[in-house]
Amino acid sequence: MSGIVLSARNITKAFPGTVALQDVDFDVHAGAVNVLIGENGAGKSTLMKILAGVERPTLGSLTMEGEPVSFSSIRDAAGKGIGIVFQELNLCPNLSVTENIFLGRDITRAGFHIDRAAQKRRAAELVAKLEHDIDPDALVGDLMIGEQQIVEIAKALAEDARVLIMDEPTSALSASEVEVLFKVIGELKRAGVAIIYISHRLEELIRIGDHFTVLRDGRLAASAPRSEVSIPWIIEKMLGAGEVVAKRPPAAPPGPPLLEVQNLTLPRRGQGLAVDDVSVSFRPGEITAIYGLLGAGRTELFESLYGLRSGATGSVRLGGEELAGRSVNRRMKAGLLLVPEDRQRDGLLQNLSVGGNLGIASMGRFTRFFSISRAAETPLLSQVISQLHIKTAGPDAPITSLSGGNQQKVVIGKSLLTQPRVLLLDEPSRGIDIGAKAEVFSTMRDLADQGLAIVYTTSDLKETHAVADRILVMAYGRITADLRAEEASDEALVRASTHKIDEPELA
Amino acid sequence: MSTVSATLKTAPAGNASALLLVLKLRTFIALIAVTLFFALMAPNFVSVANAVIISKHVAINAILAIGMTYVILTGGIDLSVGSIVGLTGMVAGGLLVHGIPLPMLGVIVYPNVIEVVLISLLVGTAIGAINGLLVTKLGVAPFIATLGTLYVARGAALLLSGGATFSNLVGRPELENQGFPVIGSGTVLGVPVSVIILIIMALVAAYVAQRTPFGRKVYAVGGNERAAALSGVRVDRVKIAVYMISGFCAAVVGLIVSSQLVASHPASGNTFELNAIAAAVLGGTSLSGGRGLIGGTIIGAFVIGVLSDGLVMMGVSEFWQMVIKGLVIIAAVVLDQLQRRLAANTRQG
Repeated sequence: MSGIVLSARNITKAFPGTVALQDVDFDVHAGAVNVLIGENGAGKSTLMKILAGVERPTLGSLTMEGEPVSFSSIRDAAGKGIGIVFQELNLCPNLSVTENIFLGRDITRAGFHIDRAAQKRRAAELVAKLEHDIDPDALVGDLMIGEQQIVEIAKALAEDARVLIMDEPTSALSASEVEVLFKVIGELKRAGVAIIYISHRLEELIRIGDHFTVLRDGRLAASAPRSEVSIPWIIEKMLGAGEVVAKRPPAAPPGPPLLEVQNLTLPRRGQGLAVDDVSVSFRPGEITAIYGLLGAGRTELFESLYGLRSGATGSVRLGGEELAGRSVNRRMKAGLLLVPEDRQRDGLLQNLSVGGNLGIASMGRFTRFFSISRAAETPLLSQVISQLHIKTAGPDAPITSLSGGNQQKVVIGKSLLTQPRVLLLDEPSRGIDIGAKAEVFSTMRDLADQGLAIVYTTSDLKETHAVADRILVMAYGRITADLRAEEASDEALVRASTHKIDEPELA
Repeated sequence: MSTVSATLKTAPAGNASALLLVLKLRTFIALIAVTLFFALMAPNFVSVANAVIISKHVAINAILAIGMTYVILTGGIDLSVGSIVGLTGMVAGGLLVHGIPLPMLGVIVYPNVIEVVLISLLVGTAIGAINGLLVTKLGVAPFIATLGTLYVARGAALLLSGGATFSNLVGRPELENQGFPVIGSGTVLGVPVSVIILIIMALVAAYVAQRTPFGRKVYAVGGNERAAALSGVRVDRVKIAVYMISGFCAAVVGLIVSSQLVASHPASGNTFELNAIAAAVLGGTSLSGGRGLIGGTIIGAFVIGVLSDGLVMMGVSEFWQMVIKGLVIIAAVVLDQLQRRLAANTRQG
């Protein structure tokens, strides 16, 4: 049973300003796990969205069992047997399991009366098929993440999916939940369902994958059956060759530890630990990268350091001063600053000007007699605008008039105006183009040379080498490697990022 | 993308930008239009006496709307202001007529007018603080929290007098508490005191909103609460403060209203909150927070005031007045959406 059920040919997808996919071929084998691998931004999600009918390709064609097809919407694709389980679960927490499974395709009598009994029966069957005894009447919001994942899969199966797309399904699951998921996948395979499986966890992929496709920078990098694939092969195909930016060495050796973290622990909602007993210190003049996969606990670590997670325990000392239990405001005044990952959501004030955004965290510096002094404000803003090379018509321009890279620089500039001693940057290069990346990295080096301790997270291996002096790897809430940049090989980093301490390694 | 800033500088030429300007100034244009309309249609509309009457009416709504604008800028809403008007008016009336009885000492203390004013303002601000605490510390949605205080404050106002009116609030010379009617009926160089209070409050409120760190924080909280918190803004404090400002404004109106009538009635201020919200929205304040100007709100209050008084003078029935007011508010919001869409388009183009 390894016929090709769905096949994409010469798929190109252009967005304004970028080409997400270029001339990609992808075959989906029935009764097999079709693995899709690539770094963030390689085009995996775009390809999946095209296969699932969320996006339409700019060029190229899809054929399903020999017939050319095109999907006008996600519902259209679902009707033709393609189900997708998104990375972020798309369930309504306020509805029951049954209601979620049949959302938008209720079983009805006479076209309007919902047949609750039939739906409940069918939901129970589906969940049982997935070897779970989830109550069909339970509210989805009350379920564990792993159980919600099962509901999401049941939802996809309810429409007799012949192709099931799973985008990083294990990123939020515990080890035992992963085992259950793999069992389910095995059964689906035997039933002839084609699975498209996206994950960063290489051990997992090697274990369950049958056909491997690697994307790099929107192009097809390689495609091979399981027998020809190994972890080094995947890493090589995934990363390719070539540096992103020329690296600049530090101007001076780093100073004594400035930010000292002892036994930092943060419980995860539900069960387990998001940050698991992390002890680490950071030094001024040094740039430290924290590499890890989605869900490794990097953002949670940063948020705990910054005082955003009230459940965090452990000690955080900045220059000897204990910050644990302090508010964000107090930590900021002590010289610790977080530049959040999601600029749109956490970083920018869309209704304010460029200057309003830059100054919001440091208004005390230009307040005279309870008023904002233009005379004191303008030189500070101009200085940071030129220091970071922010391309803008001026401090009064609306923030929405800037490009993504320049918006990112505004968020960084806002932090700089508070005169921090430690800067935590969560995925500073996310969503900005290569040129802007180089400038952001160069700025990070400048700041380190001025005596700041810089810590940033990334899920892009090339970016760890591009700027960091020291590389930490996080996996499952722990630091699994702490290496000098020159000693860190790609393979060591990738292995550390999927390494699970105290639990048997996956075969 | 770097061409965007250049496009902004050169400004989109032609009809689109002209239309955009008209839309931006729509409330102001509407104010001129309704004034002209009534000047032509209603006899005696254009007169100093009428201007004074209208501005006294407007002052009441505009002062409430100033506080409301602050609350709405943070993304909240304050439904309790009408009831606070009633309660603070009753507090002032009760203090003037009955004083503060101290049974243990067997005396009744009669505070002077300044003290009466301060106590009433304190009561209004305190109710605002309760609103703020409910919204921030207890996480009650602003709509519900202030709906609750709407009932509680109204009930309290009725309880103060058992539902009766405190009348003849002129004070008595032997108690040294005379002078209360000045707030509502006094004039300085022909300008009503209540209008002077409005002018001062509007100027201060506009200054605070535009030129102080607190004002920036208000906009920041309404624009993106999470980002503001991550930037070290103490969101809870800002929110509590805006509800206190709103309560304070309502207390000022409570004093003005009871002073004008020389009586305080427990039902006074009923549904004032809706007019205040309407003025803010007409003036371009976004109910989702982060966008709006005090100046816009004041103009919005004038549009409503001129419209209602003009329609009265034209002899339009009260029923039709309500229909027309409603349509104007809807039109204002529709135009606001249009302006935003057009602005977004010209920026991209």
